[in-house]
Amino acid sequence: MFGLEALELARIQFAFTISFHIIFPAITIGLASYLAVLEGLWLKTGKSVYMDLYHFWSKIFAVNFGMGVVSGLVMAYQFGTNWSAFSDFAGAVTGPLLTYEVLTAFFLEAGFLGVMLFGLNRVGPGLHFFSTLMVAIGTLISTFWILASNSWMQTPQGFEIVDGRVIPVDWFAVVFNPSFPYRLMHMATAAFLATAFFVGASAAWHLLRGRDNPAVRKMLSMAMWMALIVAPIQAVIGDAHGLNTLEHQPAKIAAIEGHWENPPGEATPLILFGWPDMEREETRFKVEIPKLGSLILTHSLDKQVPALKEFPKEDRPNSTVVFWSFRIMVGLGLLMIMMGAWALLLRPRGKLYENRAFLHMALWMGPSGLIAILAGWFTTEIGRQPWVVYGLMRTSDAVSNHTVVQMSVTLVLFVVVYFALFGAGLGYMMRLVRKGPVPAEGTNHQEGGPGQQRTPSRPLSAAPDDEDDTQTERS
Amino acid sequence: MVGIDLSHIWAVIIAFGVMMYVVMDGFDLGIGILFPFVKDDRERDLMMNSVAPVWDGNETWLVLGGAALFGAFPLAYAVVLDALYLPLIFMLLGLIFRGVAFEFRFKAKAHKRHIWDKAFIGGSITATFFQGVTLGAYIDGIEVVGRTYAGGPLDWLKPFALFCGLALVAAYALLGCTWLIMKTEGRLQEQMHDLGKPLILVVLAVTGIVSLWTPLAHPEIAERWFSLPNIFWLSPVPILVLLCTWALWRAVQKRQHYAPFLLTLGLIFLGYSGLGLSLWPNIIPPSVTIWEAASPPQSQAFILVGALFIIPFILMYTAWSYYVFRGKITHEHGYH
Repeated sequence: MFGLEALELARIQFAFTISFHIIFPAITIGLASYLAVLEGLWLKTGKSVYMDLYHFWSKIFAVNFGMGVVSGLVMAYQFGTNWSAFSDFAGAVTGPLLTYEVLTAFFLEAGFLGVMLFGLNRVGPGLHFFSTLMVAIGTLISTFWILASNSWMQTPQGFEIVDGRVIPVDWFAVVFNPSFPYRLMHMATAAFLATAFFVGASAAWHLLRGRDNPAVRKMLSMAMWMALIVAPIQAVIGDAHGLNTLEHQPAKIAAIEGHWENPPGEATPLILFGWPDMEREETRFKVEIPKLGSLILTHSLDKQVPALKEFPKEDRPNSTVVFWSFRIMVGLGLLMIMMGAWALLLRPRGKLYENRAFLHMALWMGPSGLIAILAGWFTTEIGRQPWVVYGLMRTSDAVSNHTVVQMSVTLVLFVVVYFALFGAGLGYMMRLVRKGPVPAEGTNHQEGGPGQQRTPSRPLSAAPDDEDDTQTERS
Repeated sequence: MVGIDLSHIWAVIIAFGVMMYVVMDGFDLGIGILFPFVKDDRERDLMMNSVAPVWDGNETWLVLGGAALFGAFPLAYAVVLDALYLPLIFMLLGLIFRGVAFEFRFKAKAHKRHIWDKAFIGGSITATFFQGVTLGAYIDGIEVVGRTYAGGPLDWLKPFALFCGLALVAAYALLGCTWLIMKTEGRLQEQMHDLGKPLILVVLAVTGIVSLWTPLAHPEIAERWFSLPNIFWLSPVPILVLLCTWALWRAVQKRQHYAPFLLTLGLIFLGYSGLGLSLWPNIIPPSVTIWEAASPPQSQAFILVGALFIIPFILMYTAWSYYVFRGKITHEHGYH
């Protein structure tokens, strides 16, 4: 298909299915913790605004969770279907990590989700809060295991190679490999930030349409506190993660920086913009600041950063892609920090909920966290190339032996099905967002769920089925 | 290899996980397969509601099956998924349609509902059929050279595998039918009681055909079942299948509520055991054993600690969830 080989098609297919998938868990991780916080605040203060927000966001959470389940099921099989040589080579390490994710996280989430969504009237607030906590903890446990697995592929340790296959010798070293703590912190924080900006944009949308109520204000305020506090923390974590990558995957850093060679005695500049050209082995049209690269990456003014030409051609990741994906991620991160600060300035004068320029910006920043997550993953995964397990196995040796025809057929099927179904699902989520939080929903609204007349299904059907409300509210 | 070792234990755990999946997602999928037989919209609501609270938990057992195979027998995971690439992808796509249709159906405006009805029916049948095809192709055997799959992309496309696809559709339909007999009352239950008998006959027929076809096509499986003294040890399996079917027939005839589902579970369990007895100890039929495909003891032991500790808890809260949603489901109590 389009002159692509089976290897490239396998990579595109895996990138497509996992990129689509990651959107849902990222929101799931953030919203689950947000819901736990909301319910905790409600139990502590008794203020109904928290329960209104809980009801509102739990419906959106349910739709999102359902799509995460079905797109995640595909991922559990994609390792074997697309990368069978990798599965045989590294399965003794990555397989058990995945097994632990299912055992400790997936079942926990699935087991308590029903009570969380429908069970408030059945089990009482205490046990219900416990269920929400279990779901939230489940999402974080899941993050822990899958990132341990990915990080091991980036910075493998704790193993030996016997008969051409990986044998784990020290599980603690395997799980807590050098890049794991940084990647785990970076991703979990990213999920929280992405959710905060999604929540903030929802609030801004309502405020811009004059639909102002305490719940809407509360969610904008909470989102912007998150931005103010967590976005700068994320920058610090990101910096530490970068230094860790410099130590363990220098070629990735060189590609991210579009940095080709080190003239003797010259500190490394920081290239702000440019076009890294893999054929010409140079970064064209570049705008650079002298010495800043050394300052950021080595925290000194004279040490040099590794350059791409120091690595054999076949060991260089694609600099054109990661140079830009990295800058998209960082640019969005800086915008997030700015949003938090802007919100802080608006707060004392009470303009946070009225300043239209700010609200428009908050609306546009809605998908920023998700885009930043995708850009970050593109950076770290393409930056790992040509290796699937860094330094141990090349991606070209990992692929299953499929024909171009069958890879093309399945890729087209995935693209068509994912866009149609998850497109419909995302549209449905947006419809729920447009409905907005309903004041005093917790008291006069039929809870639904077991033994109740409405809300017949789970998980997506925790959302109400009266479409007409949306229609009237929109007109 | 005598006695119990890690590979033995893991083979049993994975077999148990897949069995949980077959039983639990079996009746979910069966309801999708039976959807075309029930035209009334409100009764279709009831059918879906009866499994709505549990379907995604049920599907998690399939994820466990995949993940545990990867962890304990990576060679089998690599080779089997490579060989059965296309039917597995078709099955997964079917499950996606089924999963979202389940949920979107209640959200859709009335005039769009039929789209999700069709997605539910199509997704359930596709997923079940290709699950059966996968199973059939797996029994048929996978060509392995060295440590990789040596066959072509369409090797699975054989009459036996396709027939297994149809057989599984029938089996899941029976599971769904008897589940509904247990969970509903009134007209829908009556309809299911009526549908039960022809389904039992179809399932009996396809079970018989698969049971004969398998040993005829695979001498080593025939050898397993028909040599002395095995035939004495193994003969209870087909005898129990016949007894179970007969009891099931009687239970449906007497319009009992719970017995049909329990007896269908028994039937599925026996069929599944028969399959296990035919293949043991191969994990990539016809020649790669569980020991050859095993991950190193460091890996198997590492996950065994977790599995033995955690699976009881999983079973506890799964049972709790079924307990919360127990009893008959009616229109008045839309969500059961």
